[in-house]
Amino acid sequence: MASLTFKDFKSDQDVRWCPGCGDHAVLAALQRALPKVSQALGYPRERYVVVSGIGCSSRLPYYMDTYGFHSIHGRATAVSTGIKVANPTLTVWQACGDGDALAIGGNHFIHAIRRNIDINIILFNNQIYGLTKGQYSPTSKFGAITKTSPYGTVEHPFTPGSLVLGAKGTFFARSLDVELALNEEIMTAAALHDGCSVMEMLTNCVIFNDGAHRELSDPAVKADHTIVLRHGEKMIFGKNRDRGLIYDGRKIRAVRIGEGGFTEEDILVHDAHTDYIGLHMALADMKGPDYPVALGVIRDVKDITYDDGVRDQVRDVMLKSKIHTVDELLHSGSTWQVE
Amino acid sequence: MQHKVVDLQDVVLRFAGDSGDGMQLTGSLFADMSAIYGNSLSTFPDFPAEIRAPHGTLSGVSGFQVHIGSDEIGTPGDFCDMLVAMNPAALKTNAKWCKPTAMILVDGDAFDEKGMQRAGFKTDNPFTELHIEDRTIIVAAISSLTQESLKDSGLDAKAILKCKNMFTLGMACYIYSRPLEFIYQYLERKFSKKHPELIEPNKKVLNDGFNYAANIQAIPNTYTIAPVKGRKKGTYRNITGNQATAWGLLAASEKANLPLFCGSYPITPATAILEELAIHKSLGAKTLQAEDEIAGICTAIGASYAGNLAVTTTSGPGLSLKSEALGLAVMAELPLVVIDVQRGGPSTGLPTKTEQSDLNQALYGRNGECPMPVIAAHSPSHCFDAAFTAAKIALEHMTPVMLLSEGFLGNGSEPWLIPSMADYPAIKPPFVRGTLAEGEKFHPFERDPETLVRRWAIPGQKGFEHRVGGLEKTHEGVLSTDPRNHELMVHERAEKVARIARDLPKLQVVHGPAEGNLLVVGWGGTFGHILTAVEEVGDAVSYAHFDFINPLPANTEEVFSHFSKILVCELNSGQFAAFLRAELPGKEYIQFNKVQGQPFLVSELVDAIKKEL
Repeated sequence: MASLTFKDFKSDQDVRWCPGCGDHAVLAALQRALPKVSQALGYPRERYVVVSGIGCSSRLPYYMDTYGFHSIHGRATAVSTGIKVANPTLTVWQACGDGDALAIGGNHFIHAIRRNIDINIILFNNQIYGLTKGQYSPTSKFGAITKTSPYGTVEHPFTPGSLVLGAKGTFFARSLDVELALNEEIMTAAALHDGCSVMEMLTNCVIFNDGAHRELSDPAVKADHTIVLRHGEKMIFGKNRDRGLIYDGRKIRAVRIGEGGFTEEDILVHDAHTDYIGLHMALADMKGPDYPVALGVIRDVKDITYDDGVRDQVRDVMLKSKIHTVDELLHSGSTWQVE
Repeated sequence: MQHKVVDLQDVVLRFAGDSGDGMQLTGSLFADMSAIYGNSLSTFPDFPAEIRAPHGTLSGVSGFQVHIGSDEIGTPGDFCDMLVAMNPAALKTNAKWCKPTAMILVDGDAFDEKGMQRAGFKTDNPFTELHIEDRTIIVAAISSLTQESLKDSGLDAKAILKCKNMFTLGMACYIYSRPLEFIYQYLERKFSKKHPELIEPNKKVLNDGFNYAANIQAIPNTYTIAPVKGRKKGTYRNITGNQATAWGLLAASEKANLPLFCGSYPITPATAILEELAIHKSLGAKTLQAEDEIAGICTAIGASYAGNLAVTTTSGPGLSLKSEALGLAVMAELPLVVIDVQRGGPSTGLPTKTEQSDLNQALYGRNGECPMPVIAAHSPSHCFDAAFTAAKIALEHMTPVMLLSEGFLGNGSEPWLIPSMADYPAIKPPFVRGTLAEGEKFHPFERDPETLVRRWAIPGQKGFEHRVGGLEKTHEGVLSTDPRNHELMVHERAEKVARIARDLPKLQVVHGPAEGNLLVVGWGGTFGHILTAVEEVGDAVSYAHFDFINPLPANTEEVFSHFSKILVCELNSGQFAAFLRAELPGKEYIQFNKVQGQPFLVSELVDAIKKEL
């Protein structure tokens, strides 16, 4: 197989997102990640199916020159599930927004995670409804002023990571639209993960929620406000790489190395593979001003997948059963003859 | 008193009791046994929505009616020749179904003060209170006789009392001269693995009931119902509509050589289809019990895109939830079988009762102009062919197909001459073939000029990468809001469905002359009742039954043109009649409707037909 390049994944359709929209960067990262995945796993292009729901980010399948399904609002996860169960040899990628996956499609989202079906979900989280022009979403900050909350919202937002880990997700990663290299890294890890992979991409909506993630993306402060977690590496962050995370016996704390008696020895090493979901939950929940926001692959653990389970059960029953044709089925059980 | 053995042409039994009394089992055993004996039969389970309603109450009564005959019969019978009432509530709710000549068997032990009170009797004689004192009434102490029969069995008191339905069944077997061997075999099969200790006690109670009936003097006559003569040779089995539906889908999967995928959410009365498919993994069937109705259909749509024969099963309220996704399947032009086992509506309605009131929803319940084929099953065993046909149309015409079943069909059963799969046609979906030339693009919505069907490319096929979805597209598969393109695609989607009529069997006049004054018309599960009624009325009336509703059979107008009036009988307020008025205007359509959650009675159909003659 000739090796694929990002051009092989670009369709001939004009990309119609707003100039400056964060979705462009996520699309570019995906088009760059998939050739690497193909290289690593020997997947031809026709093996990919990209599924989406409704919303700005859900236009993504049209921009990928793969098999694609632009479904209906909230239901991408269910469509992906059906595709993967029907044909487990396909590699399913899904694009969905915070409204699509966490409001109207919240039910499908948590159940796909619970089942651990082997699909790769990119959750574009811009904390706003863009395609309907600026209403609050389930991830909008408490008090957010939007067209449907002119006096500020009075509801708490979801933290997608807590939702994923609460449903016992086996893979959760977080990144920002602008982190192209990190996004390629995360997408490749997600593809290699056998099970339901959720990648939360904090994206910027230039029109209706510009700068929502500025605290995390602004080069002046981002090093102090985020931490990139990598399995096996120390949890160190900060512009001067002098801050880190420790566990004080009760909870995780962000400390300055060399102050308060903390040395580099005390800094935690990230274990994305541990079964201990509480630790991953604590990392996924971190936010300012006391903590950096965690980016990178927070959790990546092995577990049985739904699609394998369905396939194996069908195979096992086939081996054991005496019924292999419909004629045999029709004559099974109680029958009688009329001579 | 001289004991006589009377030969009957047919008999209707109704078993009624508390929902935990095992009346569904007793009734279906009696039916299965009679089927093997060679009788024709039709069954009608009539049970409450509550699993175990408060003991002894009217709302908790569960009934099972079975009609057996020595000639072919088409319905479970309007009224019964024998009513078994295991408690006062069962007697009270079912007395109205007794013929004037009926025999009534009750468990006398249950007619104590408490039982009578719970059923709301005001006097201490339930029979006079219900004005049925002139029927043949047998009061047997069924509970205490069962307790006596099993006092040395080693079973605990609760387990012993659970066997009382076998005592009742034993009595019924004596009265209607049924051999007990079949029930012995059933008990052995059922209990041999997990509860072998229950086999002998159940057999003993069954026998004791049989002997008790033989010994008491209260039963004037016993009856025989001879096996049906001249029945087509072959192997028969009993089958319920839901089971036949599941098997028809498996048959289609085999004939199309595509794996079956069923994404469904449990809902009464459709659940048994999902349960049945879940058993048959050895035929490659994959079942996914989804998190909700919408996920049921959306997983099926995904599976269809990935190249499976995809199915979702539901009932009315679930179909409402699936509406948006149905539109997606219409727009993406993907094969999908949607099965609606109708129940009483609207909303939660009457979950365990039967109705034909989802027809409008099936035909029109979607946004935009969104046509899809609608077909209906007409008897429990016909569900097999109906499901097979639904799948064949879906796969060959690249469209979702709605199959309407009914609670009455799904739960009801009848003997079925087992067909051979060699007699069923192959199913040939319009798969893309070969490879594309260098630089050539696959156009997913280019159509066959004859059928207007698009071609099906399955993910994994090199070179055919394409995108489908809910947005309007051109033939090339490119998004388009061009006004003319939209109108063209709307017309083509409608015309594609209309042209399916070319492949459908013609409408037949199944009773009476091909021309005349009155043509009775029905659709779906009313077939047996209407046929029995028109046969009773005779050749003054003709009858045609619709298995295909959208599109209508191509010769419908021609058939209608030979009659001056058309009487449309259906279990709703006139939905099919309204459809016919819209599709074939200019005829005189008269309606006979019933919306009581119950099947037609043959007698009321006969009256309605005679009124129009």
